[in-house]
Amino acid sequence: MMLGEGPKGSGPLAVEIEDLSKRYGDTVALDHVSLQVAEGEIFGILGPNGAGKTTAVECLVGLRTPDSGRLRVFGLDPHRDRSELHAQVGVQLQQSAFPDRLKVSEIEEMYRSFYHNPVEQDLIEGLGLGDKRHSYYQALSGGQRQRLSVALALIGRPRLAVLDEMTTGLDPQARHDVWELIRGVRARGTTLVLVTHFMEEAERLCDRVALLDSGRVVAVDSPDGLAGQVAGSRHLRFTPSGAFDDALLTALPDVEKVEHEGPHVIVTGRGDLLNDVVLTLAGVNVRALDLSFGSSTLEDAFLRLTGHHFDEAGKETRP
Amino acid sequence: MSHQRAAGSGIPTRAFWTMLRNEIRLAFRNPRGLIVGLVLPIVLMVVFGSRTKFHTPQARYGGLSLFDVYLPILYVFAVSAISLINLPNPLATYREHGILRRLSTTPLPTTWVLLAQLAINVAVAAVALLLLVLISHFGFGFASPQNAVGFVVTSLLSLAAMCALGFVVAALAPTGSSAYLIGAFVFVVLMFFAGLWLPRIWMPAFLLDISNYTPLGATVQSFTSALGGAFPPGWALLTLAAWAVAGTLAAVRIFRWD
Repeated sequence: MMLGEGPKGSGPLAVEIEDLSKRYGDTVALDHVSLQVAEGEIFGILGPNGAGKTTAVECLVGLRTPDSGRLRVFGLDPHRDRSELHAQVGVQLQQSAFPDRLKVSEIEEMYRSFYHNPVEQDLIEGLGLGDKRHSYYQALSGGQRQRLSVALALIGRPRLAVLDEMTTGLDPQARHDVWELIRGVRARGTTLVLVTHFMEEAERLCDRVALLDSGRVVAVDSPDGLAGQVAGSRHLRFTPSGAFDDALLTALPDVEKVEHEGPHVIVTGRGDLLNDVVLTLAGVNVRALDLSFGSSTLEDAFLRLTGHHFDEAGKETRP
Repeated sequence: MSHQRAAGSGIPTRAFWTMLRNEIRLAFRNPRGLIVGLVLPIVLMVVFGSRTKFHTPQARYGGLSLFDVYLPILYVFAVSAISLINLPNPLATYREHGILRRLSTTPLPTTWVLLAQLAINVAVAAVALLLLVLISHFGFGFASPQNAVGFVVTSLLSLAAMCALGFVVAALAPTGSSAYLIGAFVFVVLMFFAGLWLPRIWMPAFLLDISNYTPLGATVQSFTSALGGAFPPGWALLTLAAWAVAGTLAAVRIFRWD
């Protein structure tokens, strides 16, 4: 299996991460991570909680010092060239805050003034906060704060924007608004690094995705490419009408795996899976009820590449 | 691609002014700090000034009245309440809430964040000192400082030394309330050496020696000289300058964004 595929084309690199490691005490947050992001790309860093995504981007923007490894953003060292870097990089942190008793417009004006060439576009309006312009920050809801934070990360017309969990806590409509905005920002030439644990977000927005699990890069590819790494693999999920021997199914040439989940059975395999399984079960007078059939997604890719479900991974790696 | 590198990279100077304007707005929207630095010393002065027996020169105060003895201490009270309690609070609160962390991802330099707080607090202290001088003069018939230059020099050096200490508190404290506690503790200790509880004229020699090396002890001595018409002694001004330099260096060194 081909891992760590580089960016397409030979354009200049926005981000180079080489062999980056970071531990907190006994916990390994990053374990020899290497990634490259081309200029103009939307690059997703995807993984369960505790996979090291946030640590990776915090190193990237100079908020943390890695234990070892090499980092370059537009050729700059995030620590040594911090101020030069921050003039070109917009950052949205997971828990960022602004003074409670400043109004949205006052915060916006201040962040706008930090940059030489801020956007003319009204990001506050674009993210549906137009009617909150004169509200104090403390009066905003969680989702509104989140959108303001994203807007301020983009206000300086950054060459690179690093957005950590930008749509967490947003309702579906607001999430789609943010995605639309991100596509527009990229169309104007900004490179984006998005940290997310939403599969859908990565599938719909990213050119390439790095899958992180327990501090390691499991795979880097386009969302389709990753799903393609498990291409042909399909799931069949049903409730059997009676007991049967798993060996009946695992003996079939196209079946890879048979799993039980409560009363349900999940069969993974390829080829003419559906017919083979249904006919075999019929042979022992078992019917497949509530049958559903799906093809592989990014979620399956994660399962295949890491050996565990996306949602479970966080529980395993979290102390 | 239509990207141009930011001219001369770094940050436009207008950023400082927009930030300062927001900090001023915040100071007025949350005026607790202004009250401690401005209102409290004035209330104390009115309490002291309105008792006529406090105006009577007494032998045990070396021929001075109680008001004479406490006037410089009231000036010092204003300066130190503003610099130790008012100044560190916003910075530590910003650290507590992750506001500094977010600011640290912008091109804004640390020094600008500190300078904005310095500007606001020096302005508040200047207003406080001016009000105290005016009230003592017009309210209670006390002569205005006889050595005006000495008074201004003392005010500036004392503010420099005390704000530097305030920044050390701001650099260390993880939360707004811890900044308040640390600031209040330093305030009480330094106000002791300023003579708030035991005026310097009554201090035993060894305490007076220590007091001379503390920023507020040196400030009280300098204010006392300036009020009486003399230029403050060189050793006192040197002490203040030394505290200002050491405090500033320490604060810039240990300042953390998160």
